[in-house]
Amino acid sequence: MNTLSILYIFLFYVAMIALVAGIINKLLQYKRVPAPLKIAVTPAPLTKPGVVYRFFTEVVLFNSLFRATKWTWIFSFLFHASLLLAFFRHLRYVISPDSFIWPLVNNLVVQSFGHYAGFTMLIGLLGLLARRIFVDRVRYISSPSDYLMLLLILGIAGSGLSIVYVSHTDIVQLKAFIMGLFYFDWQNLPSDTLLLAHVTMVLFLALIFPVSKLLHAPGLFMAPTRYQLDNPREKRHLSEWGAELEKDGRNS
Amino acid sequence: MADYEVPETHEFPIIPSIMEGAMAHSSPFVAGEEFQSDMGFPSPEEPGQLIDGWHEKFLELMKDKLSKYRSLQVFMDICVKCGACTDKCHYFIGTADPKNMPVARQDLLRKVYRRYFTFAGKYFPKLVGAVDLTEDVIHQMYSYYHQCSECRRCAVFCPFGIDTAEVTMAARDMLAQIGMGQKYSNQIIPKVHKIGNNLGLPEPALADTLEGLEEEVEDDIGVKVRFPLDEKGAEILMVTPSADFFAEPHIDGLIGYGKVFHAAGVTWTLSSKASEAANFGLFIGNYEHMRQISLRIRDAAKELGVKRIIFGECGHAWRVAYNHLNTLAGPWDFLDQNYPIPQHILEFTKDCLDRGILNIDKSENDHMTLTFHDSCNIARASRIGDTPGSQFTTPREVIQAVCNNYHDMSQDTIFDQTFCCGGGGGLLTDDLMELRIKGALPRMEALKNVSKDHGVTHMAAICAICKSQFTKVLPYYGMTMDQIVSVHQLVSNAIILEGQGEEAEDSDDTDDEAA
Repeated sequence: MNTLSILYIFLFYVAMIALVAGIINKLLQYKRVPAPLKIAVTPAPLTKPGVVYRFFTEVVLFNSLFRATKWTWIFSFLFHASLLLAFFRHLRYVISPDSFIWPLVNNLVVQSFGHYAGFTMLIGLLGLLARRIFVDRVRYISSPSDYLMLLLILGIAGSGLSIVYVSHTDIVQLKAFIMGLFYFDWQNLPSDTLLLAHVTMVLFLALIFPVSKLLHAPGLFMAPTRYQLDNPREKRHLSEWGAELEKDGRNS
Repeated sequence: MADYEVPETHEFPIIPSIMEGAMAHSSPFVAGEEFQSDMGFPSPEEPGQLIDGWHEKFLELMKDKLSKYRSLQVFMDICVKCGACTDKCHYFIGTADPKNMPVARQDLLRKVYRRYFTFAGKYFPKLVGAVDLTEDVIHQMYSYYHQCSECRRCAVFCPFGIDTAEVTMAARDMLAQIGMGQKYSNQIIPKVHKIGNNLGLPEPALADTLEGLEEEVEDDIGVKVRFPLDEKGAEILMVTPSADFFAEPHIDGLIGYGKVFHAAGVTWTLSSKASEAANFGLFIGNYEHMRQISLRIRDAAKELGVKRIIFGECGHAWRVAYNHLNTLAGPWDFLDQNYPIPQHILEFTKDCLDRGILNIDKSENDHMTLTFHDSCNIARASRIGDTPGSQFTTPREVIQAVCNNYHDMSQDTIFDQTFCCGGGGGLLTDDLMELRIKGALPRMEALKNVSKDHGVTHMAAICAICKSQFTKVLPYYGMTMDQIVSVHQLVSNAIILEGQGEEAEDSDDTDDEAA
């Protein structure tokens, strides 16, 4: 096996461990910190299915963003939906043809939508970037990392599309490399520049995920303003440290 | 009327281009040593300075907050700077200062959080916009965290539910604990603890006021409507903002509560100990003060032996009562469980109206065309009724049950998109007058437009702060202070009590005295 492949095998494991461990660590931290008070933004659901519905409208439809600004919603929705489609398309590289999921992934619909998604993703990202540059309010709140994050994902989308439309890689060898990572049966990684660029940027994105604003993805489920039930009169809400204060006997 | 630059109103709202530093000079008076110590907060040796060791102390406090409030910890991490909130704050719309954009306001604290609590900020501060905690940063925080009324309008539009109010509350509490408490709030809270209400109105004065009120109402309508104080064995403890005892138009609302209780035939009482619904502990982000203020109500309810607790017209008070009274001063197992604990006066009145036990003459309000101002803490932080969103419908249903003429303001300025009056969240103080005038812009604009298009003459509200704020700022926008009315003032006008004689002259409901 060549040195380059060994390096990337190493990077893959490091990035994936950092991603998974980082997110779990953050979620555990959020879970550990109590929410001492009821702070649901109302109108809020009265039941748990209501909360699920509220998150459905937020996570799938970006409801609040839609109410806030239509342009950001269009670009943001375009980007995230494309990301999802691109993700499905990529499953083909990590699923064995023997698997029962294979037909669900390796079909014309998923594969062709996955292709188009590359372009719509570019449009979404460029729209978000333009907004960040040209709207004075958004420019004011942007840090270098906010631009770089967009550029990084633009790089991933651009290099991915180039592999499809400009210069193909040895896709069979790539799949062998990836499957090898799963089964600890390590194989060589094709060494085309475009593929290496694509993979490197994806690994970097995974690596910084838990220490960046990408935490919005898992973190939004932990916002008490959205997940709390509107039932404070019916059910007494008390945190551990709140209960500790009651040792003064005033609540008895 | 002191001279302030009043922003122009337009037919359609205009999002201003940013003007950096436009409100950098705005800062409320810092609490002096006497008020700081009353609150249990430290004071610096020299006024205007910070306490010794403020830097470490602030970071310690921040670490503590992050470990106690999930909201703060999550909100510090997950903002993506999408800009959805940037044009949603009434203070930004009214001042154009970019630090009044909710995300920028949060960033004052987030930049420090990143610098000291995150990997990226520790090692690549410039990249992620992290900054060192300096005295300048502290003063900016003091200024801009007192340009937020904790109204949560930004939280409605944030794709992740980030609520700037949570950040403002945390920041204010940390500032107070390094010697930078706000004078207005810190002056008021000890009065509640010691005397029972924000005004510092002692029991004899309160008894006197209520007695006077009984006489006044009797003179007016010829029926003796009672306004009882500290009456043991009453069924209902009424907790209402102390402004209801003396200010216009608040007091007309109090008369309305009294008449409704009278007509419903229930016994009720006010308490001198809990003669205040407001809970400024919320504004300054201090759980313990908020708890102590809430516990007064528990004590009063126990002492008086009441079965139910009802809250009067007050926005943030209802937020605390609805969401936190159970948490802070519960459990309420000694009250009658057949009624909501606590209940809002509008829930009570609405129920009476539905049951048809109130005799209403709507024409008594025919000289007015009404609109309704949804108070932020009621709209976005509570409920009045049984279903989600009933905080919007209940007050409107009550108003329309007692008034013939009603029109809503523009759809994007009501319900959960309502604009703050501009004086909420502990900012209802004269040293922030410029901010209050500018922050009222979106609401004033919507009111002017509905007046022009639908002939609206009066705006009803169910919040003591809104009422006081509008009384003060309406004249700056070319309107009159008596255009703001209490919802229960409208009920009071329309309700005909048994025995209310023909000889009784009817009310001229608008009063011209200011709060």
